[in-house]
Amino acid sequence: MSAINPAIVTIDNPQVEIDNLNLFYGESQALKNVSFGIPQFNVTALIGPSGCGKSTLIRCINRMNDLVDNLRVEGLIKIDGEDINHPSLDVIELRRKVGMVFQKWNPFPKSIYENVIYGLRIAGISNKEVLDATVEKSLQKAALWNEVKDRLHGSAMGLSGGQMQRLCIARTIAVSPEIILMDEPCSALDPRSTAHIEDLIRELQGEYTIIIVTHNMQQAARISDYTAYMYLGELIEYGPTNKLFTMPERKETEDYITGRFG
Amino acid sequence: MTKKFWRQGEPYVWATGLSLSLILMLTFLLVYVVMANGIGVFWPNRIALATLKDNSFVLGEIIQENIKPATGQKRLQFKIGNRDLYDLDFKWFNAEDIAAITYPPRAYLLERQEYGNFYGFLNQLELNGLARPDLNDKLEPLEAALKSIEPLQDEITALNSRIAEINQRIETIQRKQARLRHQGKAEDRQTGPLAARDQELQADFTKVVAELNRKKQELLQFEAVFADANGLIKRIPLVEIVRAIQPNTMNIFAKTGYYIERLRELFFAEPRESNTEGGLFPAIFGTIMLIFLMSVLSFPLGVIGGIYLREYAKDGILVRMVRIAVNNLAGIPSIVYGIFGLGFFVYGIGGQIDQLFFAERLPAPTFGTGGILWASLTLGLLTVPVVIVATEEALGAIPPGIREGSQALAATRFQTLTRLLLPMASPGILTGFILAMARAAGEVAPLMITGVVKLAPALPIDSSFPFLHLNRKFMHLGFHIYDIGFQSPNVEAAKPMVYVTTLLLILIVLIMTSTAIYLRNKMRARYSVIDV
Ligand SMILES: Nc1ncnc2c1ncn2[C@@H]1O[C@H](COP(=O)(O)OP(=O)(O)O)[C@@H](O)[C@H]1O
Ligand SMILES: [Mg+2]
Repeated sequence: MSAINPAIVTIDNPQVEIDNLNLFYGESQALKNVSFGIPQFNVTALIGPSGCGKSTLIRCINRMNDLVDNLRVEGLIKIDGEDINHPSLDVIELRRKVGMVFQKWNPFPKSIYENVIYGLRIAGISNKEVLDATVEKSLQKAALWNEVKDRLHGSAMGLSGGQMQRLCIARTIAVSPEIILMDEPCSALDPRSTAHIEDLIRELQGEYTIIIVTHNMQQAARISDYTAYMYLGELIEYGPTNKLFTMPERKETEDYITGRFG
Repeated sequence: MTKKFWRQGEPYVWATGLSLSLILMLTFLLVYVVMANGIGVFWPNRIALATLKDNSFVLGEIIQENIKPATGQKRLQFKIGNRDLYDLDFKWFNAEDIAAITYPPRAYLLERQEYGNFYGFLNQLELNGLARPDLNDKLEPLEAALKSIEPLQDEITALNSRIAEINQRIETIQRKQARLRHQGKAEDRQTGPLAARDQELQADFTKVVAELNRKKQELLQFEAVFADANGLIKRIPLVEIVRAIQPNTMNIFAKTGYYIERLRELFFAEPRESNTEGGLFPAIFGTIMLIFLMSVLSFPLGVIGGIYLREYAKDGILVRMVRIAVNNLAGIPSIVYGIFGLGFFVYGIGGQIDQLFFAERLPAPTFGTGGILWASLTLGLLTVPVVIVATEEALGAIPPGIREGSQALAATRFQTLTRLLLPMASPGILTGFILAMARAAGEVAPLMITGVVKLAPALPIDSSFPFLHLNRKFMHLGFHIYDIGFQSPNVEAAKPMVYVTTLLLILIVLIMTSTAIYLRNKMRARYSVIDV
């Protein structure tokens, strides 16, 4: 662990442990010495002005960045004590454990049913009863079941934006991950759908470890247990949400959350 | 005011509309010309009997009439047929030389195996040497006579196929002997079992041929005696007559029946008269099989190439160069592909195959000469770049969120490719393939040096082992157009067939591309993504 820093709380038994993470897109550094721990079964929010590296950081946790050319990562990320960048680690296993919901909903051009069980089909599960049960359970957890139960085999393309995003959450839940990453899942949604998803996140809390990126501070305050504030690739402050929003340690954090930030 | 007019861009909209309509008009003109000339070819025209002022007669179909530019006189073109009597099928007459035109019901139109149409009047039938004056000016007697020789004709057909069979056996034995000779184990020429069998077959062959000649001679005894418009007598053996009609007595139903009969012949019969008459079956078959083979060979190759370029190759100078090369491959003149196909496939690979597997037949080539396999590979070469480019573009057009979403659900790149990307890209890939296929279907130049022929002795698929003969030469509608339109001895007589063939080729391309488009639209409806 890095040197003791009063603005960054130390978490006991973190599920995700980030240690001295530096990340470079070619020459330009997007993450600088980021170190913190994320507790299990809590909602952790990442906030900060756009371009500060929130997405970059969250995409390190399920190694989504593997797809990017010219990217270099230094430092350690451990999940349940295991180095996820270790050559012997199977990235497919990792992604089964760490699901992800994207800013822009991305349902597949298939039926609602097939969308939900996509991950299971990929894993080679074809037992009809298992699939049926998973579809119902996942859609129920994603608070979508009542709206779509009569048209499970209709195309997912006919859903509204908020429904599509909930479908993407259902699809992520269906493979029973332990951690769910969400990168600004509400930024393209109307307030009603946003409220819907926020409710959903509160429902899921306690069952999954949720890491959510948001540019909306009220949202972070409403739904998260811990909040991390990032600026220009650095982690400025990290701690319990109510403390960070009421008594921030750092001046920069205070400026940002009070809106005095430029 | 004018400034606003220009700024609003109205004229540019008009210009785009204009250029589109220009293109459409040219296309429609082409299709119209082909249709107008092609569709009516098989419709039986009336036969006109013109009495000239010098008291001679002309019998034939009036093809067209116009004003001769030099003299300003009206003139008529007759198709007078009877090439064996007059040398020319077509002749112009000045309208003022014609005293009268009538349409005698007794006038016959005969389609013959040789020398084109015959126009004339039936004098009498001589069946097996017997004159039959009773069978005169009605159609039915001639029809009955034509029917009466059918059993004899069937016998001849049977004999012919027997000869072909014997021939094939002899060939097999000779090939065996050649192989033995090649291996230095040749048996005695006179006494070996193969030689004995060979002699037996040869004897059989001579016997059957003698029988065949006797039957043919017998068949020639059935004759019809015709007279042309001026009373010139012409004896025509019934075997020579393919079809006999009296168009001036035919009603619309009879004419329709005749038309359908001719269409049936077109689609299912072999050509006659150096391809200007008869059917187009081998050419239709050859064209479809060529395109089918070409698709089977080039489609997977192009798709796999495109997948590699877009999904797996690391973007660098090499890939960029490959991409430029692929894009420009489509611009190389097709004859260059033909020459490459001749050098590489025919002489290179085909020559090697002959050396390795058919050495005993050398110097006669088996695969070392043009054939349908090499022609379709050459066409495949021509279409592959288009398919590669289409695949790349279609894969590239898929929103990146789909890939990320799939991989975030623990799918491998390959699973993502097969379960999502390829189905989603398929409409785009098919579009490219449709364009490529349509182009390939119309190509003639590269075929001319890689295996197309004027008259193929056998189809590339038949009942003799191994059933699929990819080394065989083949016929092709596009080449057929060129051949009968520009290479036949009697271009004027071939003209209707040129139009018909063109129409047919356009039709085949249309059917194949429509099928592909239908497939594509189904895919598109199924895999379209709403991009909000
Ligand atoms: N694929 C990439 N290639 C190069 N630079 C990138 C890439 N993705 C993000 N960046 C840069 O990294 C920085 C952080 O981006 P990001 O993590 O997307 O920020 P945030 O999600 O906080 O808005 C930005 O300066 C951005 O320009
Ligand atoms: Mg972001």
